Amino acid sequence: MKRFEIVKKRQLNDTIHWYTIYAPLIARHAQPGQFIILRVDEHGERVPLTMAGHDSETGTIDIIVQTVGRTTMLLEQLNVGDCLADVVGPLGQPSKMEGLKRVCIVGGGVGNALAYPLAIGMHKHGIHVEMICGFKSKDLVILEDEFRAGVDKVHMVTDDGTYGEKGFTTDKLKALLDAGEQFDEIVAVGPAVMMKFVCGIAKEYGIPSVASLATYMVDGTGMCGGCRAIVGGESKFVCVDGPDFDGALIDWDLLIKRGKTFAAEEAEERAHVCKLTGGVRTNA
Amino acid sequence: MPNMRNDKNPMPEQDPVVRSGNFDEVALGYTEEMALDEAARCLNCKNRPCVSGCPVNVHIPDFIAKIVERDYEGAYETITLTNSLPAVCGRVCPQENQCESKCVRGIKGEAVGIGRLERFTADWHDAHNKEEAHAKVPSNGHKVAVVGGGPAGLTAAGDLVNMGYDVTVFESLHKVGGVLVYGIPQFRLPKEIVATEVEKLQQKGVTFVTDAIVGKAITVDELMDEEGFEAVFVGTGAGLPMFMNIPGESLVGVVSANEYLTRINLMKAYRDDYDTPIARPKKVAVVGAGNVAMDASRSARRMGAEVTLIYRRSEKEVPARAEEFAHAKAEGINFHFLTNPVEILGDENGNVCGIRCIRMELGEPDASGRRRPIPVEGSEFVEDVDYVIMALGTKTNSLIRDTTPGIEPTKKGGINVDEKGETSRPGIFAGGDAVTGAATVIKAMGAGKTAAAGIDAYIRSKEQ
Repeated sequence: MKRFEIVKKRQLNDTIHWYTIYAPLIARHAQPGQFIILRVDEHGERVPLTMAGHDSETGTIDIIVQTVGRTTMLLEQLNVGDCLADVVGPLGQPSKMEGLKRVCIVGGGVGNALAYPLAIGMHKHGIHVEMICGFKSKDLVILEDEFRAGVDKVHMVTDDGTYGEKGFTTDKLKALLDAGEQFDEIVAVGPAVMMKFVCGIAKEYGIPSVASLATYMVDGTGMCGGCRAIVGGESKFVCVDGPDFDGALIDWDLLIKRGKTFAAEEAEERAHVCKLTGGVRTNA
Repeated sequence: MPNMRNDKNPMPEQDPVVRSGNFDEVALGYTEEMALDEAARCLNCKNRPCVSGCPVNVHIPDFIAKIVERDYEGAYETITLTNSLPAVCGRVCPQENQCESKCVRGIKGEAVGIGRLERFTADWHDAHNKEEAHAKVPSNGHKVAVVGGGPAGLTAAGDLVNMGYDVTVFESLHKVGGVLVYGIPQFRLPKEIVATEVEKLQQKGVTFVTDAIVGKAITVDELMDEEGFEAVFVGTGAGLPMFMNIPGESLVGVVSANEYLTRINLMKAYRDDYDTPIARPKKVAVVGAGNVAMDASRSARRMGAEVTLIYRRSEKEVPARAEEFAHAKAEGINFHFLTNPVEILGDENGNVCGIRCIRMELGEPDASGRRRPIPVEGSEFVEDVDYVIMALGTKTNSLIRDTTPGIEPTKKGGINVDEKGETSRPGIFAGGDAVTGAATVIKAMGAGKTAAAGIDAYIRSKEQ
């Protein structure tokens, strides 16, 4: 097998794919909660992605990727047998599981994919895990069977009510807590705005929360500082100190603003890729 | 007869107006005629003070004598006896504080242009040996790992492979070269030069593993216990950027110089054919006045911005290499000396819209011997900017220390080594910024050389 070869590719919905990539050096020490940085080709940018799984025996790692911008569009063009230019990791700190007995994990959209290895890992660790999986609508639902097979309880919700219960993940979380469900930690993985509200509810009910942050990064080893987040009044580097942080201490408004750093440029890139090349690079 | 003219031959350069719009190299290099004229200024002194000013003790009068004889290949061979990266050093060494500061010709006039002659020699060699193939050095069967592909690691790898060691370099980024590729811009050090040097090492038999973070993917102990490396050299640099801890530093549009330069240099954000996103601000403030601050300022200028450099001390204390400072001035960078930022101001969307600064005056000398800057009360003012680049220096990354039990740190958080470059763990050596904190390319190369000799002695002693 070649370095960074795609050994498996599976489509989960219209825009989300599951890739298994040969990267033995990363697979050997990877743990749930850690991430990688990849470059699709020589002209590509470096993009951080949480690992969805790893297998040290086959030397492979898994990523579940939603096609949202230029890099993910280029990635989607690749198939089994193709190689990525670069994959580096495992980066960041593993998720903490010690001392936990009952955990509720709240996933939003593609965030469910990022929550998947943690949910499975926690369950294997003997922790009672309940998932609240939120999606915009039925056609975007992913990984339901995997979650049902791998955790204790799964609550499906969609914004428009086309599948599972109608409503947001936050509605479901509140309902569970109001019904007297006890958790010793709530984990939020998804869009920053959702994580902000999930952690807000946790705080309201006096339950510790953890959020897995996804920020801009270049190197992933603490060298660029582009991933800075304010946590408990201190500047932290998501790449080396995170990506998991205490949800009650994160400066969410700042994080959401920083998340828009390249919004305009990214929108332009997207239009450019679609219209001119249909996603196929012509200059590489 | 030596050429007794007092001033050194000026370096031909791209016109400042033209070059502040492109990323091509600024300094164009001596012609053969200029090199011969400059080389003739060397007195070939008996006591060779210049050599003692060089961290790798290049045999300076000898290589200059070869230039005088028009034996440029001989000059190259003389330099490479002790310096494996002459094309790099000729461009980025602060010669005015090193070899040239000791030159006898500097007493009455200007020192001999040693750096410029070194560059001429290296460029001449590369231009005339394009197809040069380096034979693989026969292996002595001993494996050595080098962690970090920057100046220290490349130098150690070069010396070790020449001695016959089977060397593998582990690099965390996708390209080898460390600060030479992510930090120093193309207009100061063309990346093709670094690539040529790496290629030479590859031909000699050095293996490069990119995308490999030692301390995360594999530990130093695993390299030694499981992968069969008998010794390890740690040259991981000083990569962590410092910030000022002033209000507003987390606003959108405040970046470290590391981030800005890495996007431009390593990730080629200045070129249309690369995907790396980068901000296109109109008015940029750069805080700091070292080489990195100059590089960031001049890069932002080339990206089309109006740039103001803010430095809390006076012009006299500017730590950057004299040539870089002069180039920045010529390219239209504005300077606020004796000025310090106190707050970065943002708009309702969290974007930078200004920087509040305070004027400073110089008081009594501080621990560094430089007069300490003191804020002038009531002198605050706001400068309109939409981007701020922090170039305040870097700290060492603790990853190797944290994941390698038994390695003693220095007081400043670097890795502690003895005079042979060996850490408190036998067989584990270190050098460069990872030991000293942020310093220069040539000092890191010197440390790489020392450690390579130390590793050779260590492995030989084990054999007996």
